[in-house]
Amino acid sequence: MSSNELERERCVNTDSSSKLRRLELVGITKAYPSVIANQDVNLVVRPGEIHAVLGENGAGKSTLMKIIYGVTKPDSGAILWDNREVSIESPAQARKIGIGMVFQHFSLFDTLTVAENISLALDSVIAPNELTERIEAVSQQYGLPIDPHRLIHSMSVGERQRVEIVRCLLNNPRLLIMDEPTSVLTPQAVLILFETLRRLASEGCSILYISHKLDEIQTLCDKATILRGGRVTGTAIPHQETRESLAQMMIGRSLPECQMVPKVPAETRLRVQQLNLPTVDPFGTSLKNINLAVRSGEIVGIAGISGNGQKELMAALSGEQPMPKGATTTICGVVADRLSPGQRRNLGLRFVPEERLGRGAVPSMSLRLNALLTAGSGDGLVNSGLISYAKVHAFAGDVIAKFNVKCGGDEALASSLSGGNLQKFIVGREISLQPNVMMVAQPTWGVDVGAAQIIRQALIDLRNAGVAVLVVSEELEELFMICDRIAVMADGRLSPAIPASETSVEKVGLWMSGAFDEATVLEVQHA
Amino acid sequence: MSTEQAILILVSIVIAATPLAFAAFGELVTERAGVLNLGVEGMMLLGAVIGFAVAKDSGSLAFGFFCGMLGGMAMALIFAVLTQHLQTNQVATGLALTLFGAGLSAFIGKSYVGMSLTGLAPISIPYLSDIPILGPLLFHYDLVVYGSFGLLIALIWFFKSSRWGLIVRAVGESPTSAHAIGYPVIRIRYLAILFGGAMSGIAGAYLSLAITPMWVEGMTSGRGWIALALVVFATWKPLRVMVGAYLFGGVTVMQFYGQGMGIHVSSQILSMLPYIVTIVVLVLISRNPRTILLNQPMSLGQSFYPRS
Amino acid sequence: MPRLERRAQPSRLMMFASPLIAAVLMLITGYILFSLMGKDPIHAFWVFFIKPLTTSYGVSEWLLKSTPLILCGVGLAIGFRARVFNIGAEGQFTMGAVAAGGVALYFYNTDAIWVLPLMMLAGVLGGMAWAAIPAFLRTRFNTNEILVTLMLVYVAQLFLGYLVQGPWRDPEGFNFPQSKMFTEAETIPVLIAGFRVNWSFIVALVLVVVSWFFTYKMFAGFRMEVSGQAPSAARYAGFSEKRNVWLALLISGGLAGFAGMAEVAGPIGQLQPTISPGYGFAAIIVAYVGRLHPLGVLLASLLLSLLYLGGDTAQMDLNLPSAITGLFQGLLLFYLLAADIFIHYRLKPDSNGSRPRLTPPPEPQGDIT
Repeated sequence: MSSNELERERCVNTDSSSKLRRLELVGITKAYPSVIANQDVNLVVRPGEIHAVLGENGAGKSTLMKIIYGVTKPDSGAILWDNREVSIESPAQARKIGIGMVFQHFSLFDTLTVAENISLALDSVIAPNELTERIEAVSQQYGLPIDPHRLIHSMSVGERQRVEIVRCLLNNPRLLIMDEPTSVLTPQAVLILFETLRRLASEGCSILYISHKLDEIQTLCDKATILRGGRVTGTAIPHQETRESLAQMMIGRSLPECQMVPKVPAETRLRVQQLNLPTVDPFGTSLKNINLAVRSGEIVGIAGISGNGQKELMAALSGEQPMPKGATTTICGVVADRLSPGQRRNLGLRFVPEERLGRGAVPSMSLRLNALLTAGSGDGLVNSGLISYAKVHAFAGDVIAKFNVKCGGDEALASSLSGGNLQKFIVGREISLQPNVMMVAQPTWGVDVGAAQIIRQALIDLRNAGVAVLVVSEELEELFMICDRIAVMADGRLSPAIPASETSVEKVGLWMSGAFDEATVLEVQHA
Repeated sequence: MSTEQAILILVSIVIAATPLAFAAFGELVTERAGVLNLGVEGMMLLGAVIGFAVAKDSGSLAFGFFCGMLGGMAMALIFAVLTQHLQTNQVATGLALTLFGAGLSAFIGKSYVGMSLTGLAPISIPYLSDIPILGPLLFHYDLVVYGSFGLLIALIWFFKSSRWGLIVRAVGESPTSAHAIGYPVIRIRYLAILFGGAMSGIAGAYLSLAITPMWVEGMTSGRGWIALALVVFATWKPLRVMVGAYLFGGVTVMQFYGQGMGIHVSSQILSMLPYIVTIVVLVLISRNPRTILLNQPMSLGQSFYPRS
Repeated sequence: MPRLERRAQPSRLMMFASPLIAAVLMLITGYILFSLMGKDPIHAFWVFFIKPLTTSYGVSEWLLKSTPLILCGVGLAIGFRARVFNIGAEGQFTMGAVAAGGVALYFYNTDAIWVLPLMMLAGVLGGMAWAAIPAFLRTRFNTNEILVTLMLVYVAQLFLGYLVQGPWRDPEGFNFPQSKMFTEAETIPVLIAGFRVNWSFIVALVLVVVSWFFTYKMFAGFRMEVSGQAPSAARYAGFSEKRNVWLALLISGGLAGFAGMAEVAGPIGQLQPTISPGYGFAAIIVAYVGRLHPLGVLLASLLLSLLYLGGDTAQMDLNLPSAITGLFQGLLLFYLLAADIFIHYRLKPDSNGSRPRLTPPPEPQGDIT
């Protein structure tokens, strides 16, 4: 029996019971011109069940959810709701029959209030006063405190998620879709969210829980459907499986591990002291008294929920945002406060930003021209103001080959690459230009497991070669995998960086909500 | 300066402000939905020429205004099809609309050059207009002037209190989110663009049917662009648009009465005033990037097409 | 009914074909328009597009009128590539002419050999100075350059009007609002005796090559291109936003100023209230139709220059309003913008007869989940 048949066998066996079904998908297929997002997907969700859809980045989970929520239409296949076939034409219709969705990238309007945001997603018009009362009632009932009159842009990501959930609950859903909900939460907040979800489920609401995090699914979910490359590769009862067996279904092999040996760091290569940076952008975060040092041969990780000042810190360190008075930055011993990004690069500071398309690479340009983007004075790609195309071509080809970037040659546009391949190209470009200090923001966001492994290993290799590496990431698991020291960012402040071996996910999680005060700082410094 | 003179000047400020207010109100709604239409000047020109031509041929000013409005809307429709369906760049398309409007209006208006008609007459509101000073100052205008105040009140209500206004703001803020929760972004933007065209059409027709009842090539002389600047100046708020329109009305009128008021400067130099004031006002308002960031619809000028 | 489908990579072929498609669509519209106006369309076409080029004098006029379009268009294309929207080339053109005219009138009858070069310099500097205003306001006060450059067009034109009606009016000019005629030493020499096309055409051709070299071979050109296509990437790479704005505006302003100088020191020969039939605005169309590529700008300038000439002959021979030129210009740009959709999308036959719709771009795989 081939593996495909085996998988199908598995589906049929688990779905053959004839209990009541809240939602059933039969043979859902959706193809885009260059990729098949979903192929022949079957899925069954029962009332009150917390059902995981597990798959790595690019497996087709989000497309499937958009199909259920009426945002996207499938090419073929059927959707059954309460055992009856339905055609979901729009999100409004999805809400009408009782489907609610909490998006990964929230569908909120920053300059409107909580109440206005919620009223926009309600299908009936409710008087403002009554709406406020109902919002408060629901938020109390489910332990989701929110103030209806606040503007969204003044709220943290976690609070915004509560708004999204309350917005769904006001429509009395019978199926709630949660798309990667925990990336914006501290580990402690995740537990609270799980409480809320279990409570909802116990009241009969089904939950579709989209994630690529194995442990979360094992703690929370009753059932899981696993997707790989747009196809269902199996269904499972998560707590009866091992992490290993789930990973096997999700990526077709076991989870890769990084090779990391202890190493004694040498001199400090990147240092910033007393960085206070008020934000110009009304939707940004101000930095408060940041102190940080990264030494040669170590990886320092910055944990924290996005939007707590990581972007601003990276922009200040890279030179994109001019340094304010009073702060001092040194790169390899040179005072860099007044240096532009280009001048900092010439000191050996290399940076991979979190936005790949549009910042790390120009979407409408070829990989070859993108290789030229961060060329410095000593790279030989530009000679007395003229571009040396032959050298740029050779350089781009080199990066593509060394980092196994899957693309149609160096003439391919940056926008035509998948997230993982583009990230490999950008990381490869920066590494190939001989860094002394390497900064990477969200190295594996939206990247498939294989590419993530290559990128993480490349960072470790850099560290082993004596480069000072600074990594900003939302994924605690990743930070604990590759970092020598970990600091936490919360509301524009940065905690001291402590050795990864001396801390834990719980402690870092507490710090992520800002619970590191003077006392903690002193304690750590004296330790 | 006598009282009569002062009243005359104030009244002409109101008249000069009215087309600016209409065009800027239209653009305000378009921009609030996230669409930047730089073609206001072109739409106004078409409104002006069609309004004049139709009024001349049919003898009905009202019909002229109506057709002028349709002319502006027809132009806006071209813009909407190009930017909303064919995904063209809004800046380039808006410029094209202005250039095309200039060419098309000159072409249509060729045979009407040099003709004139009796312009829109003010209506005296019974009794009220007999009040000394206040009467002629407040109660002796044509319908379009009163209409501009009606429009102001309607827009304030629309954006403050109506659900539709909330939806338009939401679409301008984040078309992606609006689409995700199920609003037809493209359709809403179409309507906003068409409303902008209609208002520009009326503004243009007001020039050729009320202010100077004749057709002259390029007669808008930059008023469409000033209206665009007004929207920025007003930080996308209706009441401030109205205030801005009156400010500019005042500046425009200055050039006609400047000499009479004893300012001995060449007429060309005085005529520069509205344009220079526009620049000054833009500088003042954009000086602080936060002002713009906080008020400008976030998706302004960006194409959106739903991924089905 | 066919439907549109997003291409995986933008089509290079369509990049070049789309201006041609636009031109053909413009011609088809012209055909319909001429027919509607009761003219024989074939004859009208001949009068409009062929007849102007049947005499050597006509060819000379064609190249002459294309010169300001090339000069302004090349500059605007560089600016547009960097997403700096200078739409006030008409004003910079005017101020270039004013500055050059001022030099000519100040050194009137000097007959020195350096007067003409000085006028050229003044023209370039005049245009640059006018473009420096929006550059300063944008970099210092964050002010939108589209509106400022446009407003300054009106100011420049009024200023020229003031000069020729006041201080610079020719005292022996029967009260006409115009300056004295420039002397021969203040006029750009013609290429061939008896024809009006002059050396500024050759300068324009040289500048086409120079701008090609700048755009495609120099790192400075690459920097501007990145700034235009992805501003965040430019900041990340460390390319200065201020330098980008200044460079774009000074280059396009200087070239427009030179074009204005060449116009008053060439075919016009003096300052008048109106010195341009909208060259500065037509150059916007030239830049877009020329794909923001110097060579494309050259070809597009020749096309638009022909439209100007054709408009004149059509007015004389067919009694058509010359405004038809402006109409064609506008149409051309619309058709181009519309045809450009085929760079990113292609037609796909659809059997179930649904309405034409756009399918989404291929989502990079990593973004699906």
